[in-house]
Amino acid sequence: MNNTEKEPLFSAKNRNIFLSPLGSNNPITIQILGICSALAVTAKLKPAFVMALSVIAVTTMANLIVSLLRNTIPARIRIIVQLVVVAALVILVDQILKAYVYDVSKQLSVYVGLIITNCIIMGRLEAFALANNPWPSFLDGIGNGLGYGLILIILGFVRELFGAGSIWGVKIIPDSWYISNGGFYSDNGLMLLPPMALICVGIIIWITNSKKKA
Amino acid sequence: MENILSIFIRSIFVDNMVFAFFFGMCSYIAVSKTVKTAMGLGIAVIFVMLITVPVNYLLLKYVLSPGALSWISPEYAHIDLDFLRYIVFIAVIASIVQLVEMIIERFAPALYNQLGIFLPLIAVNCAIMGASLFLPEREYANIGEAATFAFGSGIGWWLAIIMMAAIREKITYSNVPLPLKGVGITFIITGLMGIAFMSFLGIQI
Amino acid sequence: MNKNSNKYIITYTSVMVIIVAAVLSFAALQLKDRQASNVRMEKMGDILRSIGKGEEANSVKDKFVYITEEYDSYISNTYTVTPDGNVSNGDAFEILLNLKAEYDKPESGRNLPVFEGTVDGKKYYILPTWGSGLWGPVWGYVALEEDWSTIYGIILDHASETPGLGAEITTPAFQNQFKGKQIYSGDRFVGITVLKGGAEGNAHAVDAISGGTITSRAIETMLANCLKNYGEYIAKQRHEEIAVSVNEIESEPLNTNEDE
Repeated sequence: MNNTEKEPLFSAKNRNIFLSPLGSNNPITIQILGICSALAVTAKLKPAFVMALSVIAVTTMANLIVSLLRNTIPARIRIIVQLVVVAALVILVDQILKAYVYDVSKQLSVYVGLIITNCIIMGRLEAFALANNPWPSFLDGIGNGLGYGLILIILGFVRELFGAGSIWGVKIIPDSWYISNGGFYSDNGLMLLPPMALICVGIIIWITNSKKKA
Repeated sequence: MENILSIFIRSIFVDNMVFAFFFGMCSYIAVSKTVKTAMGLGIAVIFVMLITVPVNYLLLKYVLSPGALSWISPEYAHIDLDFLRYIVFIAVIASIVQLVEMIIERFAPALYNQLGIFLPLIAVNCAIMGASLFLPEREYANIGEAATFAFGSGIGWWLAIIMMAAIREKITYSNVPLPLKGVGITFIITGLMGIAFMSFLGIQI
Repeated sequence: MNKNSNKYIITYTSVMVIIVAAVLSFAALQLKDRQASNVRMEKMGDILRSIGKGEEANSVKDKFVYITEEYDSYISNTYTVTPDGNVSNGDAFEILLNLKAEYDKPESGRNLPVFEGTVDGKKYYILPTWGSGLWGPVWGYVALEEDWSTIYGIILDHASETPGLGAEITTPAFQNQFKGKQIYSGDRFVGITVLKGGAEGNAHAVDAISGGTITSRAIETMLANCLKNYGEYIAKQRHEEIAVSVNEIESEPLNTNEDE
């Protein structure tokens, strides 16, 4: 473990820790972690973005804190200690969202609380933070959070664009295109329904896997 | 009684934990490869849900909600401990899972061997946490209704994972495009099942 | 030190609990006022929007100041009424903050908020409503014109209706349908019925959202259940209004007599 301390901050190894979750080892499409809660909030881009930011904040901080504490945590109550750290961070995030972006926090409702049981966070704590130094753990947290957020934002973008014809609440498809105004276009309401999130993830996995094989 | 039945049916079919809310997806995807393991995890979820949700309901009603402490003394009526909700819920869930594990190990070793490996997984199953988090929003009138909701949600989750496992056992014989095999197709099937379950919306009992 | 000894574990847990509790309580206290004012601003904003004011809340620099100013200038009076038709001395806004608790009470014990708005010399009565939708609560603000029957505007919101289906109740397309509809037919309360198509030209009905019929029905039920509580009071007002207008004509000669 002492070896990593002597490495420069952005050594190739650390860069890899940071970058691999964004693509080749993406938490959602490859590791299949943390799908639970977050997909339900991707009907619109804005809540998806806020959710992504919240998850990034929690994974990063939790990884950092647990990594700092890793030599003091008694093995028998390891899981509980981790859960307490994560839960405390999630409460902080929830309180801040309620105070500063109230309208989004209303839309996220119970899903913010579900970040606690998001498998990405527990998974990274168990697999990485408990065995690594703070700095790589910090990078690992940001990397995985970003990889997760990336999928969320792609989903939010696609679903809002095709489902409601808007991006970030701003209308993109011109009004004159719509059938009701004599045009040819109609929003695909199916995209906004919860099950479409899963089908979209399935398709994203399909695309990434076929790219990898090629 | 009528109300209880309605909550029960609704929480299995209409408000299905997996198809309507995506709760517990991680273990749902990971453990749905064979019907046998899916059955084990499903039953463990029902069991833990049935214990944790009523406990959290009582905590919410008598400790956490704004003004909930007024039963001790009216002076405490202004105290609002709502911000501790998440941490209390997860602590209850984690400790009950631990307790259940120890009790089963001690008194029912056969059951422990079946459920054993799934129990620790359950502490971080979003379905359990999600069920508790829905409590304040759903406003159940008494602990009986909350327990019914927990039982129904557990059965709904069990049903979902059993169905998925059965489909996945059969789908190994199908000609799925290679990059879609495994997890990809599981997501898409779950999505389609979710659309099918949406037809339960609107049943009035 | 042995990390697995009971003593170590207990000390560790205690220290952890104390630190976490301290940090969280501090954060909660710091942010509490801001959160509470967010909730108030939302309700004030909704009340204003039901009479077509406060629309620029999202484009102005300081939302809080803007909403408070608009609220102070357009909402001229607030009071509460009881279901048997009397004005009671309740704090309308405080009751609105916990409207659900009010509707949980037995009917005779309720105090229901009324907000009076004045825009360009015209009076509007804004009645908050609360009910259950398909997944969770739905609520709304109905602004009635001076005749206590014509809907001037309505704002509907929900906690967790299905996006794309039931959640469409928040769109202007659905809410604008209510404008100009009557909740009274003569002296009889009829509310607003939600129809599956064909509501055009019907003074007491609107079209349901396609695919969101259950949520639309929930709105119908909510309006009927909540507005019913104001029935006695509204009946009195409507009666008085007629009485007042009669009085005005009758009292004119009296006044001239007095002057002489």
